Amino acid sequence: MSTLVANPSFDIASIRKDFPILNVEVHGKPLVYFDNAATTQKPQQVIDALVDYYTQYNSNVHRGVHHLSQLATEAYEGARLKMAKLLNAPSPSELIFTRGTTESINLIAFSFGEAFINEGDEIIISTIEHHSNIVPWQLLCQRKKAVLKVIPVLDNGVLDQDAYHNLLSERTKLVSVCHISNALGTINPIADMIKVAHQHKVPVLIDGAQGLPHGKVDVQELDCDFYCFSGHKMYGPTGIGGFYGRLELLEQMPPYQGGGEMIKEVTFAKTTFNDLPYKFEAGTPNIADAIGLVAAADYLEGIGWDNIEKHEHALLTYATEKLLKEGGITIIGTSPDKASLISFLIDGVHPLDAGTIIDHFGIAIRTGNHCAQPLMERFGITGTMRASFSFYNTFEEIDSLITAIRKVKQMFL
Amino acid sequence: MMTIAEKEEQIISEFTLFDDWMDKYNYIIDLGKSLPMIDDKFKTESNLIKGCQSRVWLSAEYDGKIITFKGDSDAVITKGIANLLVRTLSGHTPDEILEADMGFVDKIGLKEHLSPTRSNGLVSMIKQMKLYALAYKTKASLNN
Repeated sequence: MSTLVANPSFDIASIRKDFPILNVEVHGKPLVYFDNAATTQKPQQVIDALVDYYTQYNSNVHRGVHHLSQLATEAYEGARLKMAKLLNAPSPSELIFTRGTTESINLIAFSFGEAFINEGDEIIISTIEHHSNIVPWQLLCQRKKAVLKVIPVLDNGVLDQDAYHNLLSERTKLVSVCHISNALGTINPIADMIKVAHQHKVPVLIDGAQGLPHGKVDVQELDCDFYCFSGHKMYGPTGIGGFYGRLELLEQMPPYQGGGEMIKEVTFAKTTFNDLPYKFEAGTPNIADAIGLVAAADYLEGIGWDNIEKHEHALLTYATEKLLKEGGITIIGTSPDKASLISFLIDGVHPLDAGTIIDHFGIAIRTGNHCAQPLMERFGITGTMRASFSFYNTFEEIDSLITAIRKVKQMFL
Repeated sequence: MMTIAEKEEQIISEFTLFDDWMDKYNYIIDLGKSLPMIDDKFKTESNLIKGCQSRVWLSAEYDGKIITFKGDSDAVITKGIANLLVRTLSGHTPDEILEADMGFVDKIGLKEHLSPTRSNGLVSMIKQMKLYALAYKTKASLNN
């Protein structure tokens, strides 16, 4: 088994000690947490950063001349700088904080839509999108009488690239696809997809909710126009996330919400808006969680993206082999390029039934449609079980899942 | 004919026999497998209660005095619990059904299956059974 662990410097035991929740027991058994695609656990460093903020320098940002406000402002703007650097955004004013990927996509759908979408225009998404990257565009299309086009998916969970190329036309105004599918694990060839879209002068939004947690993202190398992310899926707090947006687009896009922070001057006759990034951040921002997010980003860089990718890939390979060897199991999504999550079915057992029993073994997996109902319909199923792995998971934990699956088979078949 | 409260007591005493969770679930799985399936003709969109995770079908017939429920689900555990709900409320008058508190679910340690977060359709199923009772009661009073 040790041959699977690529890097000898990667010390799983010491990493697990950083995550206090991994010590809890569920139904009297040690927690095995395989629901990382839904949300990741938080290292002590993130928890400490939150406590430190609230106990040492909690204060509102940007407006105060007093000492605490300056500390809070420095930390909050430091968070912007950190996240901009993490994504290799050209400037921190292109990094907008939101509550997460869902709010980021809604903001862009509204604001980009107001600036650039007219009747008859087309927006391209794909069959493997999360509802968060479907519904905001449907709302926009309804509002503007625009048309939503959907890239089909092949049986192995890979997007049909030929069909994608054929969908692009002079009517296309935006492409919005996920980096990594939350339901199947498929890693989309986004660099190629962006290149092709740009040949048609079409900007591209990448839903990076599942992308950023698993590897290094460079928005300049990808040449994407928007990259959206969620803090809680990358070991940071809930309620914080954001997106990178290309400056020339952001400048042309109107504000999403009105309020404090986003204005320059307000009179009853006319209001002028603040500069980027503040134009898109109305109201007191989520200061504490932005600071917590920095701790998460620092933590991930400390572990090393290379180590994360290698260990997660080893877990994926090990679990896939074990499940296939077990028999009576169908894996949904067999893309050759896949992140560390497996959607599967135990033949003849409803996913909810299996998930209920597996939970009693202290193992947290997700069951259901994974907020991707059109995708489930495409595969003719109502849902799957999904085990999603993080760098803090172990091969022994996968063995526990296999044991639980055997028990499920005994009970139901 | 037992009252709803008596049926609830009976179910609670059945469940006290189980020492561990696995025995309990094996029993529910048996119940799920034994529940008379709803005829396919009743598996209509109007009888379907959509949970996010599992689907439940519920049909109701009223003979002017009592309501007879039938239920089904695509998940066995959901179906087993649906069986208990049907067993408790079926064969009673609308008034009796409306007064039932269904406290037994909590007492046999299955409350988690009726939490809204589980979204297996069972919460909606109880609501729907009560709605049928209310509808038939209203209809009966209009006919009188």
